[in-house]
Amino acid sequence: MASHASGSLGRYAFSRIVQAVPLLFGVIIVNFLLINVAPGDPVTALIGDFPAPEEYIQTIRQQYGLDQGIGTRLIRYVAQVLRGDLGFSFHYRVPVLELVTERLGRTLLLMVITIVYATAIGLVLGIAAARWKDSLLDKLAVGFATVGYSIPVFWSGQILILLFAVRLGWLPSSGMQSTRITYEGLARIGDMARHMILPILALSLRYIALTTRLTRSSLIETLNSDFVIAARARGIKPTRILWNHGLRAAATPIITIIGYHFTFIVAGSALVETVFAWPGVGRLMFESIGARDYPTLLGILLIVSLAVILVNLITDILYALFDPRITYD
Amino acid sequence: MTEMQRMYYYFFRKRLAVFGLILVLTLLLIAIFAPLIAPNNPHAVSRDRFLSPGEQQQYPLGTDNLGRCVLSGMIYGARVSLFVGLAAALTATISGILVGAISGYFGGVVDAILMRITELFMTIPRFVLALIVVAFFGSGLDRLILVIGLLSWPGTARLVRSEFLSHRRHPYVESGRVSGMSHMRIIFGEILPNIIPPVIVVATLDVATAILLEASLGFFGLGDPNLRSWGGMLSRAQSHIRTAWWMSVFPGSAIALTVLGFNLIGDGLNEATNPRLQVESGTQ
Repeated sequence: MASHASGSLGRYAFSRIVQAVPLLFGVIIVNFLLINVAPGDPVTALIGDFPAPEEYIQTIRQQYGLDQGIGTRLIRYVAQVLRGDLGFSFHYRVPVLELVTERLGRTLLLMVITIVYATAIGLVLGIAAARWKDSLLDKLAVGFATVGYSIPVFWSGQILILLFAVRLGWLPSSGMQSTRITYEGLARIGDMARHMILPILALSLRYIALTTRLTRSSLIETLNSDFVIAARARGIKPTRILWNHGLRAAATPIITIIGYHFTFIVAGSALVETVFAWPGVGRLMFESIGARDYPTLLGILLIVSLAVILVNLITDILYALFDPRITYD
Repeated sequence: MTEMQRMYYYFFRKRLAVFGLILVLTLLLIAIFAPLIAPNNPHAVSRDRFLSPGEQQQYPLGTDNLGRCVLSGMIYGARVSLFVGLAAALTATISGILVGAISGYFGGVVDAILMRITELFMTIPRFVLALIVVAFFGSGLDRLILVIGLLSWPGTARLVRSEFLSHRRHPYVESGRVSGMSHMRIIFGEILPNIIPPVIVVATLDVATAILLEASLGFFGLGDPNLRSWGGMLSRAQSHIRTAWWMSVFPGSAIALTVLGFNLIGDGLNEATNPRLQVESGTQ
């Protein structure tokens, strides 16, 4: 990607936003298709497996134009979604949008802390491994990354529960706060933090592994590139090269991870929330499957996909800002 | 040496990659000969519930909440994981090759449309979409393979497309075109054989991802209801985590070892095909 002056960065950002629009419609259309290919009546997909009142079913039929052609139905559906109407959850008896956004905050809390924490650790491990390539430290870091990358998040969650909650009894194994005692003020935040430690550890393992791998390999590649060799020939200290080139070069894979792998963190947090009974979107998904609450499931798919588009957009723009081509003075 | 031969040569010089291969081959043997190896019928319910490992000789790794043998469940679970993993990765690879080849070879509008669709499939979280499709249509083995396979092709498609883009202006392709070869023949007979090594790398890592995805669906209670799978076993372990650690520890290690095996093979192949190339696929 070419480097951007501040003016052209704005133009680039704008063009990326324009490119995201068809993606947005694509996501809505996929949701629409899911409703229409759902087994049985589309009404089932729109309402779920609930004995809804007959008038409500009629309203739904009318609203979504279920008695009309597929083109009309699609247009109505898109309009519906753009207005923020994602349907109604009969299981929870609230509008889907309200339900999902309420849970979203708790999921984002887990995800953001995990991303920051995992990125920091992975970055340090990856830089150290690349700086002392082929040392024992490097081998340990690579070994940890390879293993960590292969462990399913829900299993690492269970192992953490077995160790720290069941065996040692240090940390709570489920929920967001203690149910027996109600804490106030600072103690309440501390209580919540204690509940977050294990889920974050479980969720972060895979992303530490991923960040370590990518940071290490991209740093090694940078350190072998012509311009670094030239810099070394000019007598610039290796540590300075590492910090100047290395960190810039490492910035791109990290941004890539946060961008492209955001979708995977979504999956990971769904599983982790289920293991630790964390009341976020992931847990909601698990409950909705059990309850056959299809509107909620489809609403989650839509909102999460939109979040991915947004995150990719932001990371693409950041990526342009962190263009690795730099000059030495 | 052809590129394939070079790949084999370098691959077998990597100790970890060979370890991964041995791991996977062992698991394949266990899966194939499951009926001979398993000490018990994996579905047989007994009164000996929650036996810990070694408590009774008949159940070396203990029993679950229904008194079923954990070890036998794991041995039969290998069949599900490997079959779904391999078949789904194959489905993904074939679809990815088709989309990528057509996109890269023909270019233009076809390419633009196919790449938009690819981008869309990379945007929508695969796990959530798979969950919904399986919840709608049921979770038989065939459906799991199709869903996982058909949601995993974008990585291969993008790789194949970029390879085709760089190959399509090569003299050998031009000469094929001039001598009147059909597009089909050029795509599958001329270009495709040249790009097999990197496709194999992605396909191997796809197996690992597919196994993880199948286990995740199983953990969400969406595995094939008639089979014992590792994900399903962990799902059950979740409700008894305080009483029966063995229900979680053993099936979980089976998943981790299998995924590790395929990842090691994939990493080894990746370095063997091109030491500087870092394929970023196979990430769940």
